[in-house]
Parts: sequence; structure tokens; C-alpha cells
Amino acid sequence: MRLSRKTLVTAAVAVALLVTALLVGRCAPSAPKGKGKAVAGSSDLAIAAQKTYVAPGDLDEYYMFASGGHSGQIYVYGLPSMRHLSTIPVYTPYPATGYGFDDESKAMLGNLTWGDAHHPALSETNGDYDGRWLFINDMNGRLARIDLRDFKTKQIYGPVPNISGNHASSFVTPNTEYALMGTRFSIPIPKGTPASIDKYASEYKGVIAGMKIDAKTGDISYGWEILMPPFDYDLGDAGKKLSDGWAFFTCYNSERATGKLEVTASQRDRDYIAAVNWKEAEKAIAAGQGDMIGGVKVLDPKKVPGIVYFLPCGKSPHGVDVAPDGKWIIGSGKLQGVTTAFNFEKIQTAIRNKDFTGDEDGIPVLKYESIKDAEVAVGLGPLHTQFGPDGFAYTSLFVDSAIAKWKLGTWEVVDKVPMSYSIGHLAAAEGDTVSPDGNYLVGLNKLSHGRHLSVGPSQPESSQLVDITEEKMKIIFDAFTEPEPHYAQIVKADKIKPIEVYPKEENKNPLAIWDLKDAGVTRSGSNVTAKVILVRSTISPTAIEVNRGDLVKVALTNIEQTTDELHGFGLLDYNINIVVDPGETKTVTFRADKPGVFPYYCTNFCSALHQEMQGYLIVK
Amino acid sequence: MKTLFERANRYLNLPLDLGPRGILLVAALLLVPTYLLPLWKLTMFAPQYPDGLRLGIYSYKLEGGNAGQDIKEINVLNHYIGMKDLVAEDFTEFKWMPFVIGALALLLLRTAVLGKLATLVDIVVVFGYFAAFSLWSFGYKLYRYGHDLAPTAAVKVPPFMPPVFGHKKLANFEVYSYPAAGSYALAAVALLLAAALWLAWRESRAELASDGRMAG
Repeated sequence: MRLSRKTLVTAAVAVALLVTALLVGRCAPSAPKGKGKAVAGSSDLAIAAQKTYVAPGDLDEYYMFASGGHSGQIYVYGLPSMRHLSTIPVYTPYPATGYGFDDESKAMLGNLTWGDAHHPALSETNGDYDGRWLFINDMNGRLARIDLRDFKTKQIYGPVPNISGNHASSFVTPNTEYALMGTRFSIPIPKGTPASIDKYASEYKGVIAGMKIDAKTGDISYGWEILMPPFDYDLGDAGKKLSDGWAFFTCYNSERATGKLEVTASQRDRDYIAAVNWKEAEKAIAAGQGDMIGGVKVLDPKKVPGIVYFLPCGKSPHGVDVAPDGKWIIGSGKLQGVTTAFNFEKIQTAIRNKDFTGDEDGIPVLKYESIKDAEVAVGLGPLHTQFGPDGFAYTSLFVDSAIAKWKLGTWEVVDKVPMSYSIGHLAAAEGDTVSPDGNYLVGLNKLSHGRHLSVGPSQPESSQLVDITEEKMKIIFDAFTEPEPHYAQIVKADKIKPIEVYPKEENKNPLAIWDLKDAGVTRSGSNVTAKVILVRSTISPTAIEVNRGDLVKVALTNIEQTTDELHGFGLLDYNINIVVDPGETKTVTFRADKPGVFPYYCTNFCSALHQEMQGYLIVK
Repeated sequence: MKTLFERANRYLNLPLDLGPRGILLVAALLLVPTYLLPLWKLTMFAPQYPDGLRLGIYSYKLEGGNAGQDIKEINVLNHYIGMKDLVAEDFTEFKWMPFVIGALALLLLRTAVLGKLATLVDIVVVFGYFAAFSLWSFGYKLYRYGHDLAPTAAVKVPPFMPPVFGHKKLANFEVYSYPAAGSYALAAVALLLAAALWLAWRESRAELASDGRMAG
């Protein structure tokens, strides 16, 4: 049978279409096949909305204190609404509250106007948050204390001698005896000692440390430092309950490498977790042991044995987190697919039996097989672990961009939830204490692209709220945060009891005045003191006259005792911007070097006649 | 006419019975709480003050809610409309009122011990006068506060009468003004006095009637 030409053409076209269709079908899809599964059904959405909706006027259940990274601040959120409630400036001037402009906060900041704050640590009593203070590290070797009575930074301690790149900080011990510090970028010490990079392995030193916290006042003072090999000490956690008295620090670059560290420091299969017996370190310092370096006593493990041991941990470990009962120490090797659970009792046995495989600069290295209980296959790039009340652990996976939920003891991974995107730290409600709450978990993600209205190249980070009340984890809210949250802590709201005005009786500032009769200017030579009262809606005096070249000290007292009645003092052209809370006195000192008339006014909207709250500085 | 006076005097000179004396003793005791409790309470709500601002007026002092803070807040707000500050020194009542209440208590006790109907009547009259004058004085005080507004005030409002009893809307404030526990104690004293008077009058009538019968 002879086929017609027309039939042939039709057949050819049909074959071509079929082939094209098959090819198209084999091409990469426009979205991953899993996409769409994460989108919850409508009933799930309704549940999520209900769980996160805090009606106008209602209050949240938890506070979240999120580090602000290189913004040098702390952000306060309410959970479950994920509303940003307040910003606490710590290492950075913050015009909104006048922080870094008045004499006191300016002196506290010193010459540094930035800090890189990573790990907030709420003060603890018996391993539980007690709501008194919040500590936070700065990479510039400093440690700060925020008083949660008024949410204000009260002390910036340091730079602490010998500590370089204070990242493994500010984790506190279970009764807030110490806040931890550590060197991430080893240098020759004391600071100011030059040494060629070729001598890195021998002349550069790491230091890990604990700074003492006064039990009554929270005041930070020097505790102890331990001289360590030049590794990069990364994160830390204090032992609790069973392991109270110990502290743990991860490190990478046990290769003692230099140069392109992403390669050179990633060669060994295992780096270390340093286990520090801080009670022994405390005793050694009390006994006067240690060498004077940079003005402080530093303990050398060669001379003071028994204060520190190395636990081998694969590979380039990042987070180390102690389980609620203190039995397991969870070390997460960021360049592998497992997280390792070390058994504290086995560590003690190994130390007693001298079950060592070698040493690093005199620090014994424990035998890995003798101290580990499990390698849990959580997924790629494990970083940090938090805990729930029911024996579950939650580990963030940077590379997988997910959170894995697994069970302590059975080491079984039971659930995973994808995060958008690239999760760093995670914080569960009271999830690093001896009694985690469960309920909520927040993933603190590094990338957020496409999850929010575009705001240009400088993208916000994302914080995702995860419901962990059920077997399956569920993302119930996306929030976007300023750069850049690292660690955060979530504390039950009723543990924090802030005041809302400074009681007049507590104001001990010698320049504070409360009666308008006392407002005015006094002079002693070229030193001028202006005692100023701020109260609705007048700045008294309404004119301050000085001579050019005078050193002017303005003491501002807000005599209000009413919640929310803040007053500002903005002085134009002199870069002065103070905000004074009710009952507070702040001083600002400056040289009146520019002649002329300079308006000052209330910057913080206070009343119907706020605009009229103004005056003039006259410099003759 | 003379017989009427004589008859009245006979009534008034009769000694009081145990019942009215007991009642007067209780009335004297009831005056004690007026030193401890506020006589009047003013409460002001505005959108910005959802918890309200509270002012308690005692026989001898003003007391602001929120540990005294509310009175400062009320003064801060009032200065915008040119009202005078509420300060204890401006209340002459605080000087004489505790004294008068004390004197009333002493008079009550005196009558309870050696009372005749006449002294009871004296007390009722003095108490009535005291109550009426105090109320007028309080009202007049409020009137003056609402009317003596500084001509230089930032916000000009027409002179107004703050509520003495009840509720009134003033600008953004809902103002409630009601007597408080101290005044209720005084009201109870008034009722007890009325009761004592009625009892005494009834008893004296009965007594005079029986006297009359005996005389007859």
C-alpha cells in the first residue's frame, strides 16, 4: 500500500510534536518537585493564624531577646506575634533613645562606636532564667550587662586583655557565676606583640575565659583566663546539673593553619571541643596561680593540669549545647552530616582513667570512642541545638536549610522542617535551660529573598516561628529582622518585671532638681552648669546664655513620674540629642565653640504643646 | 402660748433612755472611719488614661491614685487650661473639718452620757449644718476651680462646673464624682441621729403621757 504524501507529512508532524512534548517533559521543572508541599492547607493556615494572632491590646506570651549582630544592639520581640517591641542599644549609639550622646553612655562606649554582638545570655538561678540581667558579647573583646529592670545597658566591660575576637561568649554558668569569653582569632599575646604569620602555630595563642558576675549587682569583673593553642574558639556553653562546674568551647582550625582557612582549616576530620573545669580554674586563680599577661593572671594548662581537656569532634564544629539534664554535650560538626552526643559521665571516666590519645600543647585529648554516645544523622551542616521539655532536641542545618527534630537517648530523627533560608541559630522557648518550655521555636535565618516585599539589595534577615507543640513541626509565621540576629533567647513574659518610671527617690544624681525654682545656670570660671527641668511642656530655663569657649554641662531632669512621658533635648548644630525617661537625670558636656543662637527642643513627642517645648542656647 | 413652751421644755429636759444613748455611742464610733477613709472620690478616664486618674478627698487631705502620681498628672493636664493646681494648702476645709468632726464626736459622747433630748436636738442641728455647709463648700470649691481659669491659659475653655455628684464629660475626659466610704459613714451617723431623735421623742411622749396620767 502506498502512503499518500499528505499522510506522510501528517505523521512526521505528529512524531515531531510527540518528541517535542517528551523533551519538554524531561526538562528541569521551573520549581523543585517538593515545592508546594510546604504550603499549608487552608485549615492549617487558619490554625497558624489563630496561634500567632495577638489581638490589639493583648500581650504576648514570651519575650525574645535577639542579638543584633554588627548593629551592636539587641532587639526585643513578643512571641507568638513576632512583633518587634523595642531595641536595646548596647555597643552602638542609638539616637532614638539618646544612647551614646549623654556623658555616661558616651563614656561607656569608649572609643568604639560599633560592636558585633552575637550571643545574649539571660542570667540564671539553678540553670533557669531568673529575669534579672541580660549579658551579651562583642567581638571587640567586650561583655555588656543589660538590667532587665529598665532594659538599659548598665555596663560594658573590656576590652578584656588577651581575648581576640570574642565570639564564644557570653554563655553564663547555671547560677550566673561567670559569663564565658573566648578568642576566635588567635594572636600573639599580650596584645601589641607583633609576630610573623609564619610563627602562627607556636607564637599565636588562643584564650578562653570566664568573667565573674557579682551575685547581687551583676557587675562584671575579671575571673579567669586559660592559655590555649592557636585554634579558633567558636562557641560555648556552660555545663548544667550533672555537668555543672564545667564549660565547653568548640574550635575549628586545630590544623593551626593560616592563609585561605576555608581550605587550610578544613583538612582534619576532627577538631575539638575544649572541656573546661571552671571550678578548678577559679580555685587556681584564687590560689594566685597563673602568669601575668597583659595585666591579668592567665592559667597555663601545662602548669595547672586538670583544668582543660579536648574532646575530638568532627568536623570544624560550630555549636556546642548541653542537654537540660547536663548529661549530654551536643557538638555539631558544620562540615558533616551528623551531630555528636558526648556523654558527660563517660568524659569523667575517661579523664579518671587517663584514656587519652595524645595532647595539644599539654592539654590531654580524650579518646573519641570512649566518650561519645551517638552520632546522630541530622542532615547537612548542623550548627546549633535547642531542647524541648520532652527529651526532644532541635538542630539547625545550615546547608540543608532545615531544622531536624530528634530524640535524646534513642538518637532517632523524627521530623524535619525546611527553613527559608539557610538557618543559623535557633531558639526554643527557654530551650537552653534546665527546664525547656517547648511551645515555640524560632529559626534565625541568614537569607530571606523572595519572602517579603523587596526592599532593594540590603535584605533583611528572616526569623520564622515554628510550632513545636505537636509531633510534626509547623512554620506558623515569617518575621523579618534587621541585620543581624545570631543567637536569641526566649523567656516567659512573667519572669521579666520592668519598671516604667524611675522613682524620684532613687535618683541620686547630684545635679538632679525637681523644683522649677532650682532651674538655671551657674558659672565657675569658664565652666558652666545648667540645671534643666523637663516637664510638660516647657524646658526650664527657656534660655541658656554662655560665653564662647565655655565648657558647658547640661544636666537634664525629667521630673515626670508618669509612664510614657519621655522628653528629649535636641540641640541643633551641636550634635547633641538626649532623651530622658520619667524620673531620670542625664548630663551632657560640650565646649561652646560656635558663637550664635542655637535652638534646643523636645525631640520625643510628649503632649499637645510638645512643639512649644523649646528654648535657646545663646553663645556670646 | 406659755403652756406650749412649758410643754416643749418639759419634753426637752427629759433625760434620754438607754436606746437613744446606745445609738449615739455607735454614731460617735462611726465618726472614727471618716479620719481613715475618703469622703469623696473623683475618677477620670480618657483614651490615653484607660486605667483612669483617681483623686480621693479626705477630711484633711487630698490623695492621688497610683501612689500619689495621679494628682500630679491631673495638675499637669489642668495647667494647659489654666486651672489652679490642686494643693492641700488651698483647702481651708482640711484645717477645720477634722476638728469639727472631733467636736461632733465629743458632743455625741457627752449626750450619750448625760444627754437630754435638748442636747440631742443640738447635735442634730449642728450636724445638719455641718453637712450642708461641707457640701456647699465642696461644690463651691469645685466651682472656683472650674471658673478661676488663668487668662493666659494655652487652651481656652469656657468656665465649667465639675461634677459634684454623678458623671460629666469634660473634653476628652469622662469624669465621675461620687461620695466615698467616709461620706457613707457620715450618712449613717445622720440616719442614726434621726433614729435616736425619733426614739427619744416617742419615749418622751410616752413618759409625759404617763406623768400626766399620774398627775391627773
